[in-house]
Amino acid sequence: MNVLAWLLPGLPTASGGLLLLARRRADRLASAVAIAIATITLSIAVLVAVTRPEVFTVVFDRLRAGLAVDGLSAVMVVTVAAVSLAVLVFAAGDLPQGEARSRFFGLMLIFTGAMLITVTAADLALLLMAWEVMGAMSYALIGFWWRDTERVRSANVAFMTTRAGDMGLYLAAGCAIAGTRSLHLAGLETAGRPWRDLIAAGIVAAALGKSAQLPFSFWLSRAMAGPSPVSALLHSATMVAAGAYLLLRLQPLLAATGWAAHLVAWAGALTALLLGAVALAQRDLKQLLAASTCAQIGFMVLAAGTGAMAGGTAQLVAHAAVKSLLFLAAGAWLTALGTKDLIELHGAARRYPFVGVTFTIGGLALAGLPPLSLWVTKDSILATVAQGSVPLYVVSLGAALLASAYAVKAVMAVWQPVDAGTRDDSEQPGTRHIGLLQRVPLPVLALVSATFGAVGIPTVFSSWKRLLGAGGAEPGPGVAELVLSGVLAIAVMLVMVVLRHQPVKAAAPLVSWLQLERVAVVVVWRPLLVLARSLARFDDYVIDGVVRSVSRTGTKAARLAASRLEVPVDGFVHGVGSSVAGLGRLARRPQTGQVHTYFAQAAVFLVLLAVVIALVR
Amino acid sequence: MPSLAIFLPLMAAAGLLLIPRLGRRMILRIWIATAAADLILIAIMWLGYHGGIGYQTRLRWIPSVGAGYHVGIDGMSLPLMALTALLFLLCAVYSLRETERVRAYAALFLFLETVSLGLFAAQDLLLFFVFFDLSIVGMYFVIAGWGHGDPARSALKFFLYTFLGSLALLLGFIGLYLGSEPHTFDMVELTRHPAFANAPGAAGLVLLAIGVGLAVKTPTVPFHTWLPPAHTDAPATGSAILAGILLKMGAYGFARIAMPMLPSAWQRYAWIVIVIGVVSVLYGALVALAQENIKRLIAYTSVNHMGYIVLALGAAGLATGNPQARELAVTGAVTQMVSHGLITGALFLLTGVLWDRAHSYDLNRFGGIAANAPTFTGLTAVAAFASLGLPSLSGFIAEFQIFAGVIGTGVPGAVVAGALSVLGILITAALFLRVLQKAFLGPPGELTAKVSDVRPAELAAVAPLLALSLAIGIAPRWLLSLIEPVSAAIVSLVSR
Repeated sequence: MNVLAWLLPGLPTASGGLLLLARRRADRLASAVAIAIATITLSIAVLVAVTRPEVFTVVFDRLRAGLAVDGLSAVMVVTVAAVSLAVLVFAAGDLPQGEARSRFFGLMLIFTGAMLITVTAADLALLLMAWEVMGAMSYALIGFWWRDTERVRSANVAFMTTRAGDMGLYLAAGCAIAGTRSLHLAGLETAGRPWRDLIAAGIVAAALGKSAQLPFSFWLSRAMAGPSPVSALLHSATMVAAGAYLLLRLQPLLAATGWAAHLVAWAGALTALLLGAVALAQRDLKQLLAASTCAQIGFMVLAAGTGAMAGGTAQLVAHAAVKSLLFLAAGAWLTALGTKDLIELHGAARRYPFVGVTFTIGGLALAGLPPLSLWVTKDSILATVAQGSVPLYVVSLGAALLASAYAVKAVMAVWQPVDAGTRDDSEQPGTRHIGLLQRVPLPVLALVSATFGAVGIPTVFSSWKRLLGAGGAEPGPGVAELVLSGVLAIAVMLVMVVLRHQPVKAAAPLVSWLQLERVAVVVVWRPLLVLARSLARFDDYVIDGVVRSVSRTGTKAARLAASRLEVPVDGFVHGVGSSVAGLGRLARRPQTGQVHTYFAQAAVFLVLLAVVIALVR
Repeated sequence: MPSLAIFLPLMAAAGLLLIPRLGRRMILRIWIATAAADLILIAIMWLGYHGGIGYQTRLRWIPSVGAGYHVGIDGMSLPLMALTALLFLLCAVYSLRETERVRAYAALFLFLETVSLGLFAAQDLLLFFVFFDLSIVGMYFVIAGWGHGDPARSALKFFLYTFLGSLALLLGFIGLYLGSEPHTFDMVELTRHPAFANAPGAAGLVLLAIGVGLAVKTPTVPFHTWLPPAHTDAPATGSAILAGILLKMGAYGFARIAMPMLPSAWQRYAWIVIVIGVVSVLYGALVALAQENIKRLIAYTSVNHMGYIVLALGAAGLATGNPQARELAVTGAVTQMVSHGLITGALFLLTGVLWDRAHSYDLNRFGGIAANAPTFTGLTAVAAFASLGLPSLSGFIAEFQIFAGVIGTGVPGAVVAGALSVLGILITAALFLRVLQKAFLGPPGELTAKVSDVRPAELAAVAPLLALSLAIGIAPRWLLSLIEPVSAAIVSLVSR
């Protein structure tokens, strides 16, 4: 059975890789292959969720790495596999023939495989590997239509922002080795100070980045540049969910540090509130849904911070169904009508009632309408929050009300009768057709969105907690809590319906996602570029300048030597040479080769010798 | 066996030069066959290697100064020799369309192969030095003879700068010789009985000389400015060998000579090494980010990538740090040597395609290459992501171990150094995404029409490098289990 643990992520990843290698040759087959693989993956996921395999290996020196499926992972693998199957079926019908389908489905499968490793990894190394591969795949998918520079830029923003957070995981891994001599996720909380705090800081940064929480939220707005199925997968069960998952899994670590739990709780609650307001201010359906993703993930992050493990996980599953449903419906309309503007979409639900009805189920679930899923799961988190901190509770309740407002805004827009605002094909030419493959996943997701709230029934909730191994302290949704939030949600919805004709001007910062991207560009990116350019100049003029000046000095010294030193030195050498030569000439003179000359010379020499001897004595 | 592997290319080079009237195709065939045979020889040695220093050969060479022909292979030299043989073979394949003075070109590359293999197998300092210097000579002729742009000038700068560095290295080697008792150049002896055990001042000076010599070759900031012009003007194969193999000689020298032979000096000055490493990482990445010439850009990323190695080797000298983490860092450093050779070799061969088609490296004159050349774009994208350290490719395996090892030592300063250098992979990501956006994606640019897709020979040269990077990235044990014993040995040697 253990081989299943490797097969679960390995199958989609390997087949995705093969599709990428096959390139355009596999375009016709790609969707069929992808759906088949996703179906098998889903069945393996169910098997794995039941059998709970654990496999261990060594990647780095003596550091155990592996995949282990516990209750939380079991829930995650089934959710991920199911949502990705639904999205791939939709994409098979949605993506036009003639597009690079092999590339698209290959990337989607690897993306899914990476998420499956992320949620089953038992150690930081494997987690980090899958985590970053998922980021790279999201880059490639967001920039799928690469001829458009703006889309490529969006992909860059998404990858850079999430990778900036990922740096935290590298830090956490190093500190885990320093603090625990291992990379195991379980047991990180046992590290001593300061390692425990550093690990927590790194994990929190990575998770907030991946989950598009404040202050990283802006990249999710950019992520809309990809095809609709990408948004549906990226916003629901993968990518953004990974951050929330990691925080839920490492909740003991957050709690052990103390400060990290508070930080995470507040980051989640504030994201839920502020990005809820951003969602309400959007005029574009996909942008509204994107901001609402940040806000809804905020509830899961809040859950991780306050220890609401079971509630947070339930929220994750329900939201995955709801949000993939909403994005698929929005994508179907975009393909058919050529627009995603909320005003231009007036009447969309009436023109395509099947999509309209399923979208409405998702929208009302998002609004927190009883008895749909998010109403219960959100309250199961708020019940825990209420036990701890009143300000935190007030903020998150406000965020829940905003959720009702923006969800209803979207639902009302598509049910408006066709009117002067309705316009087709403003963004791309529409096909006026929503095919069977695009419709098939919607009712299934709608069913889950509607009924997953059953998890809140007390007996079910306690077995849900047992499944996840959550602590007994988590109360689950209380009756008073449920009634209050249900009534408030209905009240907000009625207000929205009554005020629907009131012209509302949204605040500019809210429309532009709190200007977060601008801030990041001005505060981080521009100074970085300026620094890079000045260092490049410094490198050319100063560092290389010194090197050049050394060689110039050398050349100058050589020239100086040639002009000043060389002449006298050479003259001296020359003088020595010529005098030696002169002496030589002189010495040659007696060498005549005639015996009588030598004889005379010898006689003269002997006489001289005799004179010298006589004088010396 | 190692001597055969080392000198086989040289014999082939001599054959090429001596046998008259060889056709161009015949020369290329001989070149490829020799390189392939050499790779097979090294693969056989890999399979037969069982730990320690294997395949030793000792011959008398200059007995009067205690220098001998001593070669041997261990877990650090083996992967580097395999990389060398592979990269030279792929350069031969890449050069199938080369027409300019092919005989001399092939002979020169075969000569360089001998020199590089010899350096990684050398167990004697003088032998090491001879190969070290000959590599500079060989590369000078490659750049000057087959370069473009202003090759004579760049080649001269490369030669003078690195040759000067090698003189510092020689000075250091002589210092080691004089400090050893009995005097010897034998690396095994010098490692077993470190010189200057009782003379820390002299040991520091010798480390300075050796350090400067190796730092020029590696190169680290501030000794790196010969690298960008040399790369920019070198032919693609020359750049691939220069970055892939020759730069490793510097990093290899640190791990093979400086650390085990001067352990106490290395420990004492470990912080300086760490700082140089961090500065190289960040400075190299930032300067690369500002480049508009793609080859200069890749050259600066080499400064960044080699900086990680220097950082890791510096952290290995922190005697108070957790030894397991220090071993991890050294393993990461050696892995990085191999990985950088594969990835940067591939990147430089790919930029050669750009030059071949459009005679330009200017990022701003390209755009949307993906439309004309999908395979070329795919290969470049994989190489770029490998270089920015994406998991599942070899760069991550190396860099993760370096970060985790350096931070994992638990020494506060090392944690800061590790955390700072993690920023390097973020900047590298930014600069490679910028390259992809400017040159390969988006609307077509001025020169894009000229860029046709990779030819079979170019594909055959680049694809194996990336495939190997992927293999290391997904299943690294076959490589790491070879390196880990050496890392453990280096860490215990440097901790003496």
